[in-house]
Amino acid sequence: MNRKENFTAGFIRENPVFGLYLGLCSTLAITTTLNNAIGMGVAVILVLVMSNVIISCIRKITPSEIRIPVYIVIIATLVKIIQMLIKAYAPALDSALGVFIPLIVVNCIILGRAEAFASKNSIFDSALDGLGMGIGYTCSIIVMSIIRQVLATGILSFENPFNVEQVLFQVQIIPEDYIISMFSQPIGAFITFAMLAGILAACKNAKAAKAQAKEGN
Amino acid sequence: MDLSNLFVMFITFTLINNVVLNQFLGICPFMGVSKKSSSALGMGAAVTFVIVAASLVTYGLYYWVLEPADLEYMDLITFILVIASLVQLVEMIIKKTSPGLYKALGVYLPLITTNCVVLNVTLNNITEGYNFAEMLTYSIAIPVGFTLVLYIFSTIRERLELSNVPQAFKGNPIALIVAGMMALAFSGLAGLV
Repeated sequence: MNRKENFTAGFIRENPVFGLYLGLCSTLAITTTLNNAIGMGVAVILVLVMSNVIISCIRKITPSEIRIPVYIVIIATLVKIIQMLIKAYAPALDSALGVFIPLIVVNCIILGRAEAFASKNSIFDSALDGLGMGIGYTCSIIVMSIIRQVLATGILSFENPFNVEQVLFQVQIIPEDYIISMFSQPIGAFITFAMLAGILAACKNAKAAKAQAKEGN
Repeated sequence: MDLSNLFVMFITFTLINNVVLNQFLGICPFMGVSKKSSSALGMGAAVTFVIVAASLVTYGLYYWVLEPADLEYMDLITFILVIASLVQLVEMIIKKTSPGLYKALGVYLPLITTNCVVLNVTLNNITEGYNFAEMLTYSIAIPVGFTLVLYIFSTIRERLELSNVPQAFKGNPIALIVAGMMALAFSGLAGLV
């Protein structure tokens, strides 16, 4: 597999959220607004890239019997650093995401990539893989949060995470009389996710059927 | 602390603020081991044991070791190590006592380490400032709620296997829609307390 393919794998083909069903907890919980989704996505990308790089650096000296505890300690340290930074510089984001920032430690995507990729590949490839998977995750939660926020409040907005009063943009898409507030509730999260996963599966099935038809000819 | 408050707290965290349907934690095992009701119960029991034990150990560690030593920022790292070791212990116990269950739980047993419910409970015990009785109630209520929902969900999924579902929604997507319906039903319990 060449570098470019490896980098783009996380976008659609091996999308960690809709394809592999990893990191579902945060995906369902924090996608109520676009702000939360972008903040969470950036935090996950940072942790994922750094953990992949560090784990790839020490892959030759880590005894394979205790590799999982070693990975978890590295990830926990990185997450704690990110959590402290968010708390200091973006307190609004910290209170919005709440416990889901420390819970990045147990986000399956990060440990999954450490085990499946970074423990076997060179440092540069691992960083690239972390970035690709992180972007795949971020795009998925951004799509979900846009759908949920627009349907639930009718407004799509993005505020500067470091200064809450500064609204970067705000558009009213659906008139206030037609909003479906259910989409900010848990059921909205489950339904939105199921629909997106179903659409992606339908696309994949259609592609596979086409490929099969071609082979038949 | 009187008992009625603890009881209200128990009901709140099992039914109203249910850990899976309301707080979206532990979705991975919720989707993963819910295909058979017997393994769902086994998973629930294992998670309950790990959560109660982990809460007791981390609560003690935080207030007797980390806080006196001004090492509060080490909480995440300490807690995850405690959880990982406890899961290893449970895995050994189940392997010895019930090989059938061990096989049914499969890869999801070591994955209790990365079950967000466990870490969430241990962290919340500290951040919410619970006293000992509240901490114990909370650490029992959460896994009980988890087991309850997991069991109900698994019985629905057993029926779902036999039903005719659109091709694209087979497997996880339709299960998620069912989970959404359950979340809606459970939100009706909000008036209970």
